[in-house]
Amino acid sequence: MTSQFLPLLPEITLAIGACVVLVVDLFVPAERRDTTYLLALAALVATLVATVVGQPDGVRILFGGSYIADPMSRLLKLAVIVLTFFVFVYSRPYLAGRGLYNGEFFALGLFGLLGMLIMISGYSMLTVYLGLELLSLCQYALVAFNRDSPRASEAAMKYFVLGAFASGMLLYGMSLIYGLTGSLEVIEIHNYLIRNGVDQIGALLGLIFIIVGLSFKLGAVPFHAWVPDVYEGAPTAVALYIASAPKVAAFALFMRMLAEGLGVLQADWQVMLAVLAVLSLVLGNVVAIAQTNLKRMLAYSTISHVGFILLGILAGTAQGYSAAMFYVIFYAMVTAGAFGMIILLSRRGLEAEQLEDFRGLNARSPWFALMMLFIMFSMAGVPPFAGFYAKLSVLRAVVQVDEIWLAIVAVVFSVVGAFYYLRVVKLMYFDEPVETGAFQEGGGLRAALSVNGLSMLALGLYPAALMSWCVAAVSW
Amino acid sequence: MESVYLAIPLFPLAGAIIAGLFGRQIGRVGAHTVTIGAVAISFVLSVIAFWHIVFGGGAVYNESVYTWMVSDGITFEIGFLVDRLTVLMMTTVTSVSLMVHIYTIGYMHEDPGYQRFFSYISLFTFAMLMLVMANNFMQLFFGWEAVGVVSYLLIGFWYTRESAIFANLKAFLVNRVGDFGFLLGIGAILAWTGTLDYAAVFAQAGDLANARIELFDGAPWSVATVACLLLFVGAMGKSAQVPLHVWLPDSMEGPTPISALIHAATMVTAGIFMLARMSPLFEMSETALSFVLVIGAITALAMGLVGIVQHDIKRVVAYSTLSQLGYMTVALGASAYSAAIFHLMTHAFFKALLFLGAGSVIIAMHHEQDMRRMGGLRRYMPITYITAVIGSLALIGFPGFSGFFSKDAIIEGVHYSGIPGAGFAYWCVLIGVFVTALYTFRMLFLTFHGEPRMDEHTREHLHETPLVVTIPLILLAIPSVIIGAWTIGPLLFGGWFGESILVLPEHDVMAKLGEGFHGWWGFIIHGFQGPAVYLALAGVVVAWYVWIRRPDLADRAAERLRPVHRILEKKYGFDELYQTVFADGGRRLGGVLSRVGDQRIIDGWVVNGAARLVGRGAGLMRHLQSGYLYHYAFAMILGVLVALSWVVLSA
Repeated sequence: MTSQFLPLLPEITLAIGACVVLVVDLFVPAERRDTTYLLALAALVATLVATVVGQPDGVRILFGGSYIADPMSRLLKLAVIVLTFFVFVYSRPYLAGRGLYNGEFFALGLFGLLGMLIMISGYSMLTVYLGLELLSLCQYALVAFNRDSPRASEAAMKYFVLGAFASGMLLYGMSLIYGLTGSLEVIEIHNYLIRNGVDQIGALLGLIFIIVGLSFKLGAVPFHAWVPDVYEGAPTAVALYIASAPKVAAFALFMRMLAEGLGVLQADWQVMLAVLAVLSLVLGNVVAIAQTNLKRMLAYSTISHVGFILLGILAGTAQGYSAAMFYVIFYAMVTAGAFGMIILLSRRGLEAEQLEDFRGLNARSPWFALMMLFIMFSMAGVPPFAGFYAKLSVLRAVVQVDEIWLAIVAVVFSVVGAFYYLRVVKLMYFDEPVETGAFQEGGGLRAALSVNGLSMLALGLYPAALMSWCVAAVSW
Repeated sequence: MESVYLAIPLFPLAGAIIAGLFGRQIGRVGAHTVTIGAVAISFVLSVIAFWHIVFGGGAVYNESVYTWMVSDGITFEIGFLVDRLTVLMMTTVTSVSLMVHIYTIGYMHEDPGYQRFFSYISLFTFAMLMLVMANNFMQLFFGWEAVGVVSYLLIGFWYTRESAIFANLKAFLVNRVGDFGFLLGIGAILAWTGTLDYAAVFAQAGDLANARIELFDGAPWSVATVACLLLFVGAMGKSAQVPLHVWLPDSMEGPTPISALIHAATMVTAGIFMLARMSPLFEMSETALSFVLVIGAITALAMGLVGIVQHDIKRVVAYSTLSQLGYMTVALGASAYSAAIFHLMTHAFFKALLFLGAGSVIIAMHHEQDMRRMGGLRRYMPITYITAVIGSLALIGFPGFSGFFSKDAIIEGVHYSGIPGAGFAYWCVLIGVFVTALYTFRMLFLTFHGEPRMDEHTREHLHETPLVVTIPLILLAIPSVIIGAWTIGPLLFGGWFGESILVLPEHDVMAKLGEGFHGWWGFIIHGFQGPAVYLALAGVVVAWYVWIRRPDLADRAAERLRPVHRILEKKYGFDELYQTVFADGGRRLGGVLSRVGDQRIIDGWVVNGAARLVGRGAGLMRHLQSGYLYHYAFAMILGVLVALSWVVLSA
């Protein structure tokens, strides 16, 4: 019995931690809110320890095939926990400066993280869906967190309606697959399709609806429309949360559902993902150019990165999966850093979300201008930063399966994309500062940002540190 | 010995780095102490290496010390080949370089770029040593190019001067032409032998000679011929042979006689050395040797003639250098490699002497270089005068002086040679002797004799230059007199070079010459039986008559021989040709390509066009993001519909 529950230790720890945060916060006066914050960080650290210690080696399928603990789940869980940690550190000064420093933010964040962990380890469509909904509901609430902001409320409304719509699609797809195979477990679905072949239109219809649902969560074109509006409308701290760790969890869903469950239909989902990837690359990179709001620009940048991640998945090889995994982790890190920079530059009365606000940053703070340079170069894929290696390994995987034209599209639109990343660098280094106010307070924010920026360089110089994990995670 | 060989090039490199990067911290004295110390160590070690190989019976060293990379089975490595040819070059390079370093203290002491200059000349020493010590083509090419880079930096040392910038660009571009040939030659060798190592290539020299390559349809050439001709194109650039000689006189335009000296006495010898090193290849191709011979002969005579009409004292020495390089090339073409190296060595000493002498005159004249405003300097500068006379006598080949032995050996060698073109070359070098005497003594007479023609102010301040300048002059004057007599026996006829130079028996003119050789005294006696000595004397007499006895005669002769004089003054029009055809033509072509190809097609259509297209697309596409929820939902449903219909239709 213990061995059944031991792999669940991270989820259990986190659930307890989240509840404790929620309850303790009720009794903490507003001026002692740091207690909640520290408690939330402690919960994260405990979950991290539980993940490292509690998760067994090898592959364990538990609870009648509805839960899996394998190398991939371990790596991705570590990634989302660490990312959430950074998100909380970045968010604290932002929230504190705007009267939003409430315990609910951390409680919702932790419950959302629990959803992610369940998504990552879910091995039946039911668990997966539960995890997804847990995460989504937390996100809807978080977007509307600043009740007094009409922009935030509008964004939350859109997100909720479209999200419900996408969840419906996903659920419909799952029900089709269930009707066809008679099973909810990923492994059973896989076995059924192997046994009975795939010449069934029902399986394809199910596949389409599942892809639509998952693509919405990831933000692939044409299911991307919520991304820019939500990023812009939500408080920066929430946008930061939505943009980083959940993408890693969504990637896990793609892996579980498509690569493992519906792997037999690879030829079909390859084509669909190719279309989505190309659309995302084109639209994301091109429209980002026209943005003057940095958060919107990052939203379109996210969409283009999603294109790259899909490219790695659709290669359908171990090399492609590991490249996509490397990419999604890199993406979440670099995006967290970019939003962190926005928070650093903002203060009460200034959101610092316009490109203009980055003018002449070098004159104001050479160190953080350098960190932003690392982040932007990473996103653009300039060697020797992490983004270069991430893009390179995805392209290599795509070329390996002879999809040369996809690689060409990706490269061409990366070049287009380089423009808007480098424009930020140009603004920082070659323009005169217009904004001269002080930066956001917070030593934790500054330290975390420096770590985040430097990690982009370190990961670019020693990509093997993470890549070897990714390779090990997909070698089932 | 390996560590000694390794230390020889690395000490100057370390000196260059310290003086170059930390010049400000260590100051002027620090910079020259470090670099001179480094080069001095390098010189002492070179002498030790020389002793070890020549007298100590040391074995030839041919080892790789570092493998840079292995690609497609081709090994790129750093390695040293130290044999008798190498140690001779090493000693020459380091000793001349050491002199230059010491002399620079005096010459550059007022210059703000003092440390930078020391850094450059030390770097030059390093590059030159890497070149001569190479045991493979990769390192040879590295040294070759590194020397070129430093030469570029040195000529343009005073980078605010228009003329210096022009000259260094010119030197760089002309050398690029040569280097292109050189690189093709290395490529040809690599393609046929599959290796860059000297020893391995030379072992296959016979196969190269027999292999055929069809550059033009129906005309198969020996690969050895093609490779040697291409390598020689490289040597033509570096060693300033017609028609790639145009950069050397202009490099004198560059700031100092020191950089001029570095070029004239050291860098230009790279080509000569390279050909001697490649003797196993060149021996395989009589065509290539013949080409080398003819080019050298043309250079020797034609450049000497130009020297007669120059007024700038440094330029006379520069054209003299070109002419003497021609002599060395002739010797190479006649398979008299040892004579070429012998002349290279003697020339290094007396040409360094003449350059430093000219520098001494220029210092005394307050940077006046025009000989028409000199004259009578011997009264004011006795040491400079006497050493200049010694240098001049050595240059014209006055019996007993070092230049006599090396030049006579070349002339006699060509006389014996049976290679096509040898007859032509013989006459060229013979007339060249007369021409050499003429321009050398014209320079000597115009500078040191006759009436002073400088202005009053300059004359009042004329005095002998300081010791740091005159001591190198004296030190160089001694070998200029004796080194020829001292070394001719072993170097030319004693089989001194051993395995390092290969001469086929049918080409071996030195052996024929050696049959009649009975010591240096006998060589002098023998010299009086040939025409060369008398031609040299005639040149001196004519110079004396024209420029001292009847100074009006010079102008009258120039007037009478107007067309010839003009051709010589225009230096045969090479500069104009290159300037109009290649430089201006290239710029015009570049201008057209820039306007049409780059600005209109690439920038206008491809770059800006694409950017405009993307920009417009972005403007259009952002309208898709209307902000209306039902638009977004509609887009999603549309996506689902497209996917569904695709599945249904394809199923």
